[in-house]
Amino acid sequence: MKVLVAVKRVIDYNVKVRVKADNSDVDLANVKMALNPFCEIAVEEAVRLKEAGTADEVVVVSIGSKSCEEQIRTALALGADRGIRIETEDAPDSLSVAKLLEKVVEKEAPGLVILGKQAIDSDNNQTGQMLAALLDRPQGTFASEVNVSGDSVQVTREVDGGLQTVELAMPAIVTTDLRLNEPRYAALPNIMKAKRKPLEVLSPDDLGVSVSSNLTLLRVEPPAERQAGIKVGSVDELLEKLRNEAKVI
Amino acid sequence: MTTLVIAEHDNKELKPVTLNTLAAAQAIGGDVHLLVAGSGCGAVADTAAQIPAVSKVLTADSPAYEHQLAENVSKLVLSIAADYSHILASATTTGKNFLPRVAALLDVNQISDIISVEADDTFKRPIYAGNAIATVQSADAVKVITVRGTAFDAVENSGGSAEISTVGESCDAGISSFVGEELAESDRPELTAASVVVSGGRGMGNGENFDLLYKVADKLGAAVGASRAAVDAGFVPNDMQVGQTGKMVAPDLYIAVGISGAIQHLAGMKDSKIIVAINKDEEAPIFQVADYGLVADLFEAVPELEGKL
Ligand SMILES: Cc1cc2nc3c(=O)[nH]c(=O)nc-3n(C[C@H](O)[C@H](O)[C@H](O)COP(=O)(O)OP(=O)(O)OC[C@H]3O[C@@H](n4cnc5c(N)ncnc54)[C@H](O)[C@@H]3O)c2cc1C
Ligand SMILES: Nc1ncnc2c1ncn2[C@@H]1O[C@H](COP(=O)(O)O)[C@@H](O)[C@H]1O
Repeated sequence: MKVLVAVKRVIDYNVKVRVKADNSDVDLANVKMALNPFCEIAVEEAVRLKEAGTADEVVVVSIGSKSCEEQIRTALALGADRGIRIETEDAPDSLSVAKLLEKVVEKEAPGLVILGKQAIDSDNNQTGQMLAALLDRPQGTFASEVNVSGDSVQVTREVDGGLQTVELAMPAIVTTDLRLNEPRYAALPNIMKAKRKPLEVLSPDDLGVSVSSNLTLLRVEPPAERQAGIKVGSVDELLEKLRNEAKVI
Repeated sequence: MTTLVIAEHDNKELKPVTLNTLAAAQAIGGDVHLLVAGSGCGAVADTAAQIPAVSKVLTADSPAYEHQLAENVSKLVLSIAADYSHILASATTTGKNFLPRVAALLDVNQISDIISVEADDTFKRPIYAGNAIATVQSADAVKVITVRGTAFDAVENSGGSAEISTVGESCDAGISSFVGEELAESDRPELTAASVVVSGGRGMGNGENFDLLYKVADKLGAAVGASRAAVDAGFVPNDMQVGQTGKMVAPDLYIAVGISGAIQHLAGMKDSKIIVAINKDEEAPIFQVADYGLVADLFEAVPELEGKL
């Protein structure tokens, strides 16, 4: 079985983004970029499936400009076998990403496609579900456990009320939640090896998809600032403030 | 212009978050229909019919919808989508699961997690863990939207008498099935709907120590939440995680205990009206958003607080 993993280059999760002065977007100039944490978990899961003998090849795909090859290399250093980048200019919208991935899936015919549940920049949480719908395949979103057996996969999902387990006919789409696994660190020799792993570049035209969007970003603004608060010296003072000033208890 | 809202429920009761999502539908304008898809969910439809904001309740009652499997529910919604200009669901794990499928099947984008309606085609939504607010306009023929419940005040839930009608054939895609679930049982209020939330972080040290917070919560009628670190460490279950990738809460009072205040945690709670932080590290970033900060060892401060409530 082949496993396909979609990975996105995003701002490093430790960085607090700033809005540009002209409110056109956030400012990503000179900001540290990284592999989206949920995508890292997706790569780790695929590599573990390979190590367990369930999968025989792990292919990673990222959609964007040349810079996202850096994240593909990171995934290759974590143990993926080969990479595909689909050349697009700006960050394409989720529907376009899903359409491009649909074509890659048709071409590669993986048994499992693993995506992050959410990109920590757009916070959309929708690409995996869209891909599954376009392919008319089942989905196990927000996965905290994935068990493949034969031609089906059981996925335990983190839902608002607790955990839910579903069984999906393969090929299936899985999106990762934080508790699925703890990604390994790439060892130096693997980082070196990753540089020699194959990385193919395709254009949307190659895949017969035209990338466009009906969404317009009109404006980006910083969130409302909270008024600076105070430090209280004791539990008594805290209670007094909550009762008499804030009147919330 | 008519908006379809998909109701959140457990086949027995309508979930309150539906009332917040209906408020967003009202802000868009036009007629509002509510779809109740489930199994043996007649009582939910009856409750829904009393909501004045709803002009029509549509029900689809079939075993295929019992567990809200995305493969099935999305096909059902697609089958009735032609009548609607907007299709809305709550940004819960249920809504986030099936609604993007509906969007893709309609060949449109989804606008996720909106916090305001600027016009019938323009919406605000947080991005980058809430560190920026984007205003987006959609030229798509149908607007498919998930709504952040805490950003909209619930609509009235009684006094109306909407007509109830049955829709759709049973759509069973036959490619997925429900195996089981482990749901948290609690007598405390639901995290996202509670007016007071007490949350614990890694500083709690272990799961037993969360009892300190449960005692405070019981005195305040509060829900109990947690940081990711507390969930990852196994102190408490995943459904208690507050933050960018967990639950969004905006209670009147949020008490953060032994939580440092990482941006991912702040994303889930910084719209709370009053924030209290109890942390022994006076440099902890949580103090930057706290209205009242108490620099103290939680193992002394929390029992004292509980005793004096
Ligand atoms: C992709 C991604 C998504 C994430 N999503 C979320 C999310 O949704 N929600 C979330 O919360 N986090 C999330 N995180 C994790 C986040 O970055 C932080 O790691 C996490 O919030 C830290 O939890 P904490 O504050 O409990 O732990 P720590 O940062 O370790 O803080 C513990 C605090 O407890 C204090 N403390 C310790 N002992 C005591 C004591 N005896 N008395 C008083 N204070 C004490 C310490 O001073 C410290 O400030 C995410 C991270 C990533 C990468
Ligand atoms: N440009 C992209 N290239 C590759 N994968 C992507 C891209 N955008 C989104 N994804 C995948 O979709 C997941 C969810 O993203 P989103 O729906 O935007 O929150 C990510 O974790 C990735 O796995």
